[in-house]
Amino acid sequence: MSPRKAYQEELDKLSSRLEKMAGMTKKAIAMAVESFERHDMEMVEKVRELDERTYGNLVKAEKEIIRIIALHTPVAGDLRFIATSLKITTDFDRIVRYATDIADIAERTSEMLHFKASVSTPHMAEMAVKMVDLAVDSFTKKDLSKTKEVFELEQKVDSLYDEIFREVLTYMMEDSQKITMGMNYQFVARYLERIADHACNIAERVVYMETGERVRM
Amino acid sequence: MHTAGCDILSDKKYKMETNELNAWFGSFQAIKNVSMKIRGNLTTAIIGPSGCGKSTLIRCLNRMHEVTPKARAKGRVLLDGEDIYSRDVDPVEIRRKVGMVFQKPNPFPTMSVFDNVAFGLRANGIRDEEFITKQVERSLRQAALWKEVEDNLDGCGAGISGGQQQRLCIARALAIEPEVVLMDEPCSALDPIATSKIEDLIFDLKEHYTVIIVTHNMQQAARVADYTAFMYLGELIEYSKTKRIFENPEEELTEKYITGRFG
Repeated sequence: MSPRKAYQEELDKLSSRLEKMAGMTKKAIAMAVESFERHDMEMVEKVRELDERTYGNLVKAEKEIIRIIALHTPVAGDLRFIATSLKITTDFDRIVRYATDIADIAERTSEMLHFKASVSTPHMAEMAVKMVDLAVDSFTKKDLSKTKEVFELEQKVDSLYDEIFREVLTYMMEDSQKITMGMNYQFVARYLERIADHACNIAERVVYMETGERVRM
Repeated sequence: MHTAGCDILSDKKYKMETNELNAWFGSFQAIKNVSMKIRGNLTTAIIGPSGCGKSTLIRCLNRMHEVTPKARAKGRVLLDGEDIYSRDVDPVEIRRKVGMVFQKPNPFPTMSVFDNVAFGLRANGIRDEEFITKQVERSLRQAALWKEVEDNLDGCGAGISGGQQQRLCIARALAIEPEVVLMDEPCSALDPIATSKIEDLIFDLKEHYTVIIVTHNMQQAARVADYTAFMYLGELIEYSKTKRIFENPEEELTEKYITGRFG
């Protein structure tokens, strides 16, 4: 295979791997929150498996990136793509780690009762998944309009986090029996908020990849 | 054509400038309306595919282009604000001020290392041998060759390695104290180690000189040049800080060329 074809194939292969990681990331968030809501231990194990697989793909992606840099010396748009890929693989890994943390909480609280209708947490999870979806879409389709949506949703996720924090605090102050579960709700919300931040990171890096400009939201 | 990244300075900061420069070989137009300002004490690289006019451009900068039969140039080329194509300008004096190093090392084969470097001085009428000796040493030191030849200055200029010959040619150009050094693919005939030494030398040279280098090796341009100009089919397509060209070029054609997607 000619060097140019080989180079393009390697870039395409990396792109596919990142899409795969993105898919795992979204699945992990959704499954983690569901495992917490429903006390589903099977789901907890699936999240942990996804964590392992995501990490495996992170390692492979890094190797592919290093090889491309060493052999092909990418410049301009290709270089920005490579730099962005290197960064967002870390974002994906962190997101799945947070999902695993939520699954760990699901396991710890398996015998505890939910005292909220659990409306806000799934809603926050939905928004976090949507943000990751949009951020990844903007990366694969090089569509900057989707990054704007990500930044807008980030504000909403932050507001929702504040809301959950205040609400759960009220419950804990009213009834000390609810403190343990209340703290776990706080942790879950915190992890979802961090997941949303990572989706934002991905969107910021896509802006850099496309325009060469660095933005901070 | 994009010149983003080229700060607008007072003209005094520009060592050389071309203004609507055109050049022909007979009826074939090799350079088309090239206007660019070259900053002093920096390295500027000119890149582009074969036949794009980059060698022709630098040969216009020291009036070597017109030496080729049926070659002509039109437009202005300024050195410190003065047009080098003015009727009252001596082209030989221009070639002293704007020296050149060629792709294939070309030391004078019948002369010693010393005499190779001294040649330009003697050809300019300098007879003071003490001065010549000092200049030869100074030039060989500037060309990072002194330590390798100081014990054998009488050795044949063509008897040293390719990389050393090229540094000898650079020393020869530096001996007559030019202001600008033009280099036309100076490393393309050299091995990687010799290339690396020349590139280090180019980095050091810009402290005292303005360096303009033509190269087909984009990674070399990325390593050594402060500014990079991309030419295609005789036109200047983009000219900007090297960092800008290689990280985020303005022109699609530039992006295609440097990412290897030309053709």
